[in-house]
Amino acid sequence: MQLFLQQIVEGVASGAIYASLALALVLIYRATRVVNFAQGEMATLSVYIAWQINQWGVPFWLSLGIVAALSFVMGALTFRLMIRPVLGASDHTMVVICIGFFVGFEAICLWFWGADPRAFPRIFPDYAWTVGGVRLTANNLGILVTLCTLTAALSALFRFTRLGLAMRASAAEREKSPLVGIPVETMLMFGWGLAATVGFVAAVLIAPSLFLSPPMMVSVVIYALAAATLGGWDSPAGAIVGGLVVGVAESLCATFVGFIGNELKVGVPFALMAVILLARPQGLFGTTAVIRV
Amino acid sequence: MTAILQVRGMHAGYGSIRVLHGIDFDVEDGEIIALLGANGAGKTTTLRALSGMIAARGQIMLDGRDISTLNATARAQLGIAHIPQGRGTFVDFTVGENLALGAYLVRDKQSIRSALDYWYGIFPWLAERRDQPAGSLSGGEQQMLAVARALMAVPRILMCDEPSLGLAPAITQSLFALLARLNKERGMAILLVEQNARLTLRIAHRAYVIESGEIRLQGGAAELRDNPLIQRAYLGA
Repeated sequence: MQLFLQQIVEGVASGAIYASLALALVLIYRATRVVNFAQGEMATLSVYIAWQINQWGVPFWLSLGIVAALSFVMGALTFRLMIRPVLGASDHTMVVICIGFFVGFEAICLWFWGADPRAFPRIFPDYAWTVGGVRLTANNLGILVTLCTLTAALSALFRFTRLGLAMRASAAEREKSPLVGIPVETMLMFGWGLAATVGFVAAVLIAPSLFLSPPMMVSVVIYALAAATLGGWDSPAGAIVGGLVVGVAESLCATFVGFIGNELKVGVPFALMAVILLARPQGLFGTTAVIRV
Repeated sequence: MTAILQVRGMHAGYGSIRVLHGIDFDVEDGEIIALLGANGAGKTTTLRALSGMIAARGQIMLDGRDISTLNATARAQLGIAHIPQGRGTFVDFTVGENLALGAYLVRDKQSIRSALDYWYGIFPWLAERRDQPAGSLSGGEQQMLAVARALMAVPRILMCDEPSLGLAPAITQSLFALLARLNKERGMAILLVEQNARLTLRIAHRAYVIESGEIRLQGGAAELRDNPLIQRAYLGA
């Protein structure tokens, strides 16, 4: 029982990271109908830059702040320079462009910093409590708190602000939004920027345990894709629930299902994706619009 | 009377398909102008070209300023409100959010508040269903909401694309009564695209008849009502 609870705690913690990255994927998908599977690579580049700035002597937290803002600019520029010119093109075009991003961003990391993994400092202190035989680390708690903060901030933005409303409108009704005076492309650009920052947060959370290396996020993005598919690609809430479910499922399967273990656990998100696509293709929280005429 | 909208030699189309072949018309301050014509004549294309949803050649003057090179967002900022055909609302958004989107360009909280009070006064159900998605309203209610949404921005000219489409006659009548009221009370200039010529000519001041992308006829509404050509083609006489 203790082992079971412990695995749930670990699963929720890694699930929170998948959820953050899935949130970034969903933000971009909602805005521009692009499944940006290079999201992880963009985030890795951001973390490398943070690491580099920190190496140059800038305090750790300050470097994180700077790069959070820089990631926004990077995401926005990626949209402006490479997605906007082909906006509305076929899915195949978008897939090829994202493959380009995937290879490109990873190559940039390799070019500047090489392939050797580097240690990335932990953000949260090395502290742990034992509650009823279950070990709770400050790191795991910190990850959860970060996800909650991120979620609260994003829902407040989308629900209560004029900017958030305009971003949602631009994503949902690209043709009608200009008619009420919304600069749609600027809003889509903000969406990409925001997603890059959220992706950066996810990568910062996981970098200490994975070590910083150019392909660091490859497996994480697979979990995030599964989370977004599970939750529904147009639902931020779904991305979060999906992330947590994937994290817990992975952790439980790795420990309790003999033939899976640590070696096969990356198969868990694929299995989940297959099941959800067969049973409920729009995802748990995905919507099908209801319109009365 | 001063012209709010002056259109000269406007050409527009989709890709290589040319729909409008140089049309001219005016909308003066405080006028309801009807743009009549059969399916495929180019009425919708005219509105889409005016609001900047599609590219057009020719001159489009709004309050004496040529807006033909501006994009749709900039034209909305200058006061063009376009309610597209069919669903003029943001269907996945609540009634309240639709009105907030309509007021996107209005920065003054106080004037948004008083505009909301005005509309909640006219249509109390808008307030009651504030949190319902617009897509769950009936077709008539969606059109009323679309008009309210468009007017939240305090536009210079309101362009409606076949608002009567798919509505029951009684609903259409109350919608047209609303448009006439907005025109009378606020002097709102309205460009109304319609196939329902009978009802439209009742509230319009002047009308243009468009055929195969060209203006074929124009004149005062009363005069056009009596025109035998119009009676045969559009009024079923």
